[in-house]
Amino acid sequence: MEQFWADFGIWLGAVLTLGIISFLYKDNIFYKAAEAIFVGISAGYWFVVFFWDNMVGKFWAQTVGAAPGETQWYPWIGFILGVLMLARLSNKIGWISRWPLAFVVGATAGLYMMIFFVSNAMTQVAATIRPFIQTGHMSIFNSLIIAIGVICGLIYFFFSKEHKGAFGGAAKLGIWFLMITFGASFGYTVMSRMSLMLGRLDFLFGDWLQMIP
Amino acid sequence: MKKRIIAIACAILCFFTVPIMGQDAEQVTETLSAPLPAPITELTAGNYVYDDGGRIDLSWAKSADDPANITGYVLYRARKGAAFEKIADLLPGTEKYRDESVEDDIAYRYRVGTVNEAGETLSEETPAVIATWEFFNFHKLNILILALIVCGSVLFFIASAKSGRKLFIRKIGGLEALEEAVGRATEMGRPILFIPGILDMDDVQTLAAITILGKVSRVVADYDSKIMMPVSRSLVMTSARETIKESYLTAGRPDAYNDDMVQYVTDEQFGYVAAINGIMVREKPATCLYLGAFFAESLILAETGNSIGAIQIAGTARPGQLPFFVAACDYTLIGEELFAASAYLSGDPKQLGSLKGQDVGKIIAMAGILLGTLAMTFSVAWDVSFFNLLLDILNSIFITN
Repeated sequence: MEQFWADFGIWLGAVLTLGIISFLYKDNIFYKAAEAIFVGISAGYWFVVFFWDNMVGKFWAQTVGAAPGETQWYPWIGFILGVLMLARLSNKIGWISRWPLAFVVGATAGLYMMIFFVSNAMTQVAATIRPFIQTGHMSIFNSLIIAIGVICGLIYFFFSKEHKGAFGGAAKLGIWFLMITFGASFGYTVMSRMSLMLGRLDFLFGDWLQMIP
Repeated sequence: MKKRIIAIACAILCFFTVPIMGQDAEQVTETLSAPLPAPITELTAGNYVYDDGGRIDLSWAKSADDPANITGYVLYRARKGAAFEKIADLLPGTEKYRDESVEDDIAYRYRVGTVNEAGETLSEETPAVIATWEFFNFHKLNILILALIVCGSVLFFIASAKSGRKLFIRKIGGLEALEEAVGRATEMGRPILFIPGILDMDDVQTLAAITILGKVSRVVADYDSKIMMPVSRSLVMTSARETIKESYLTAGRPDAYNDDMVQYVTDEQFGYVAAINGIMVREKPATCLYLGAFFAESLILAETGNSIGAIQIAGTARPGQLPFFVAACDYTLIGEELFAASAYLSGDPKQLGSLKGQDVGKIIAMAGILLGTLAMTFSVAWDVSFFNLLLDILNSIFITN
């Protein structure tokens, strides 16, 4: 029986994989079926995960279900905000659901502001400061590329001045730096996607068709 | 004859082995009689400053026998009036330790034992030291100052914009095409597909996407076009519905608004992508907008949009996905252009002011890089004190602890 379910799983996986891949030809009934199964099962799966992780694992376990003396009060804040979200179900009090949204957006902005300021601005500037005089010729070249690339890139993202004249030239150089970086990144990522495709082919020809020993 | 050969062999064996065995014996004797190691010196203990308490920093000068004749160090701690107890075994070469298992406002004394095979030599005790918490972390003063300068600039420009001063913002390519793309969809009688990425409302890119959605849906309402927005997060669904509803109200067409314009699909990344691909090939939107945080799905979406002949405008701050959008879309908002877009489109003084304020931050960054690189180069080449000083100042500004 165990073997039956294992084989069933492999067959189901193979059929659904082929159903999704068939989209490369055109939209068809197999793709529609695979899409509907994927969307339906994943939506249900995430509902269960969120319920057990948040409602049971975080809220219930720390409040009503907590051991004596270990009860926490702060999960109630999340619970109340969650209940306020349900106010959307009523036309009369639907506006209340904006409060938890405002809380999420405001808290996020406040929390991330300093994190991004330090990691995306200050640390980047500190890391870019490198001497032009170093031991190897390539090191000097690297330092020049980094300094010029970062400054020209920043000029491109400078919105207060029209990109004209020397300033525009620097901005154009900045976008060249960006495009060369994107090109390199494109090739690198495509190769990593190839490994995903090989994984699927390995499943189809190995686990399913058993053509790979 | 055989006995003689064996006797000679034994004699030769003894000739070589006995001295070796003797040597071993001498070594063992030497080890057993090895002196105790020299103690560590200059042991100091102090409260770790500018923290929330619970930490004491210790430092010392290594034993004179470190590393040749010691096996390690042992750290002892005693509460006031109590006996010393071992809290850590440390490797040879160790010269500092941070004790993070102390309680605030309790006096502790420390001593360090230097250990080898012969035994342990204890150092002098430290004076009693207390861990305390401090309200302000002066190690991060530079972050505060820079943040105040940038935030101050933002506030200044917001005030300027509110007072009626016109703030210049340069044209952003992709945004100029936005209204044209909505108009095209209206002319063709096909919908506009708006994808806000796959992250939740706690991501700044999703926030930017929702802000742009406000402007797009306003144009959609004005043109009496149709917008479709499948989402992968429930909070994004709620926010998007609120935003579109408000746009329709502002346009004076509340009756045309429908909650089904925004639909939740699934939280699963590729399930969401499979559903969007299906929507694209069946509904054939004339315009596809991908604005927000995207991951591996970016190229799948953009290629499908390309295959149906839709005009595509993308925007994300994720460097790994930008190449795919640049390759497959008509216009791409790169990184900060996505955030600038919301300010540019809205024309709201607050947003325009914040954009101008951020430009001040960029000027500071560029000046820092330029000065820092030159100062470091001259400092390395000629060791000039002025440049060393300049480098120290820049380090204290930009390096975070």
